[in-house]
Amino acid sequence: MLRKPGSLCLVATLVAALAAPAAHANWALNMPKGVTSMSKEIYSLHMSMFWWCVAIAFFVFGWMIVSLVKFRKSQGAVPDTALLHSTKAEVIWTVIPVVILVVLAIPATRTLIKQEDATGTQLTIKITGYQWKWQYEYLDKGVSYFSTLSRNSDAARQLGSGIDPDSVPNYLLSVDNPLVVPVGTKVRLLLTAQDAIHAWWVPEFAVKKDAIPGFVNEAWFEVDADKPGTYRGQCAELCGRDHGFMPIVVVAKTRDEFEAWLKSQQTSQKQASAAGASTTG
Amino acid sequence: MANSAHTAHAGHDDHHGAPKSFWQRWVVTTNHKDIGTLYLIFAGIMFFVGGAMAMVIRLELFQPGLQFVDPQFFNSMTTVHALVMIFGGMMPAWVGLANWMIPLQIGAPDMALPRMNNYSFWIMPFAFILLLSTLFTGSGAPAGGWTLYPPLVLQGGDSFPMAIFAIHMMGASSIMGAINVLVTIMNMRAPGMTLLRMPLFCWTWLITAYLLILVMPVLAGAVTMLLTDHFFGTSFFSASGGGDPVMFQHIFWFFGHPEVYVLILPSFGVVSEILPTFSRKRLFGYESMVYASAAIGFLSVIVWAHHMFTTGMPLAGQLFFMLTTMLIAVPTGVKVFNWSATMWKGSLSFEPPMLFAISFLFLFTIGGFSGLMLAIAPADFQYQDTYFVVAHFHYVLVPGALFAIIGAVYYWLPKWSGHMYNMTAAKWHFWLSTIFVNVLFFPQHFLGLAGMPRRIPDYSTQFADWNMVSSIGGFGFGLAQLMFPVIIWNCVKGGAKATDHVWEGTHGLEWEVPSPAPYHTWESAPSEALIAAGSPTGH
Repeated sequence: MLRKPGSLCLVATLVAALAAPAAHANWALNMPKGVTSMSKEIYSLHMSMFWWCVAIAFFVFGWMIVSLVKFRKSQGAVPDTALLHSTKAEVIWTVIPVVILVVLAIPATRTLIKQEDATGTQLTIKITGYQWKWQYEYLDKGVSYFSTLSRNSDAARQLGSGIDPDSVPNYLLSVDNPLVVPVGTKVRLLLTAQDAIHAWWVPEFAVKKDAIPGFVNEAWFEVDADKPGTYRGQCAELCGRDHGFMPIVVVAKTRDEFEAWLKSQQTSQKQASAAGASTTG
Repeated sequence: MANSAHTAHAGHDDHHGAPKSFWQRWVVTTNHKDIGTLYLIFAGIMFFVGGAMAMVIRLELFQPGLQFVDPQFFNSMTTVHALVMIFGGMMPAWVGLANWMIPLQIGAPDMALPRMNNYSFWIMPFAFILLLSTLFTGSGAPAGGWTLYPPLVLQGGDSFPMAIFAIHMMGASSIMGAINVLVTIMNMRAPGMTLLRMPLFCWTWLITAYLLILVMPVLAGAVTMLLTDHFFGTSFFSASGGGDPVMFQHIFWFFGHPEVYVLILPSFGVVSEILPTFSRKRLFGYESMVYASAAIGFLSVIVWAHHMFTTGMPLAGQLFFMLTTMLIAVPTGVKVFNWSATMWKGSLSFEPPMLFAISFLFLFTIGGFSGLMLAIAPADFQYQDTYFVVAHFHYVLVPGALFAIIGAVYYWLPKWSGHMYNMTAAKWHFWLSTIFVNVLFFPQHFLGLAGMPRRIPDYSTQFADWNMVSSIGGFGFGLAQLMFPVIIWNCVKGGAKATDHVWEGTHGLEWEVPSPAPYHTWESAPSEALIAAGSPTGH
């Protein structure tokens, strides 16, 4: 009884939602290809897995559907009660999956080995997860700062704020101080955390790694030289109340622009510490 | 045949049967059927409690922005929804079905340990009163996820020790339930009921019982270490004292991965009972089904760290867990092929249990495909902790395990109640469930691939469309489930009289007792001829 008005209300909302041209229409279906060689390799691995699954599904579901259509009692089907066992069939449907799995495992292993190879990096950034923000430190460069959810997103996301999320640019995916990296450079990340476990994830880079208190994890990425831009991600490990509100924004700049940016940061942070602010964080 | 069935009735007794007083019948009972019923009723209530929490989750996620609940409460909802569904819904439902059906199927008069049976049931309501009462503590219910990862879980307030104690109680209950099934199957089989004459439901439950006894104490150990870390100054999981938070994840998933097979193995058993009946043809490849189940049981304890690819495991570890996980596809594939071959050249009819079993076959296989994709470690770096994972495990648990439970109830309910239920209503229940479960969970694959993390109360507007679709599916699925208790209630109250065999194509000892099954069954063991005729292979 209580549910009825609710469901009517939902139907009405659905109709309204479908009728109104949604301002944020985005029926994304798939993983982004990304902007690193690693992310593209993972994307193609993902797609090849997907097509294998589709092919197997076509065969298995096809077989089931033929049975469902052809062998209906209502169509006068008579059961073949002697069909109980077939060693030949059972060997075939054990061996073929094993072969398919080997075919899948080889490229997966190759990609995994590449992914774990963090040698030859040219820039190291230490990332520390806090409840609920990120700290970025450019090791040996004297640059370090915090990155938190941008103010307009934070205002809009309060319970009953009355602010339409559609009116906020990059709602929940924008920060005050993004991470800045150079394109065409192998960047090494050292990840740790202060309080709970967090995970640093940027889908376009195919990098997701846990940041664990008391331990240091390693990851790397190299943004394609022709792909400067802004890339967004989120914390991917439940870390408490505001887990959903500590996004990651990475701005990839050309090397020259990056060097200029780094210099300006070094100058401003030096001035700040000279001015007596002992906590440069 | 009719004659042997008739003589079989002599071994069943209703006369000095069920006690009249409520206390004796339902509280201090040691009867496997009554305890089975208690378990099933309890599980049903818990499904609706956990379902209501899912409705809160889907309501908040209906649109971007926070409209209804605080993020902390949202996290409590996801956490408690999982704990209630797994420990309060699925597991008691399977133990209830085991209680009802295993003695009937193996020709035993009752479970081997009837008093422990009573005890293991009555722990459950108290465990869940304790767990659910955390919703009313000042700090709110546990909100660190059902996986209880430290250090986050240690930040929980008053709810933390209460939840730990509740988990201990559920664990004790499960271990007792598993011991009971194990001892019953090992010691109580009627003479002539060899292991390879047992129905697959008994086989899969036997393997499940071993898994439970292996892993539930590990969970108990893990949560006890959390407790001492929090209250007694140990640092098992804290780096500052020389411990390691990732060690908790290893211990937890050593429990947690076999646990998901605890939920799905009995489903395999049930589907292996239903498909032959409504195909009017015995199960194809019975022995390979048994061995495949055992292989799945074994593999399930060596794949746990595939839940942890992003924690920074060494390359060799990632490779090992990737390859063993992929291997699970082989015995699971054998099962799916055997089920397909069971329907092949059969004579199929589509009563409600069969409909749910067919739906299981298709949708569980979809969950298997996404599982195979998740096994690929490098790709898992993109999938881990996204809605793709949420879609995957809901596909294997809802149209997988839950549909098998619903199918099992529709299959055996006439045997329990002695009445047929309303077939039209049950078919409506099926169609609504199957349509809405896909509207609910299929779009979550897209959300996860597009980059939406799980366990977030609010999301970027690019995820709005599919979330709205998913929520509509969720509300539809939730409403459709309200039909289930009504159909069951009406069936228990009355309806067309069920025959002893109930369905046309049945085989097995449970169909050789009258409908409804008398209070005491198989007081004298069934004849070997009856056992052989009812066995899955027919000899």
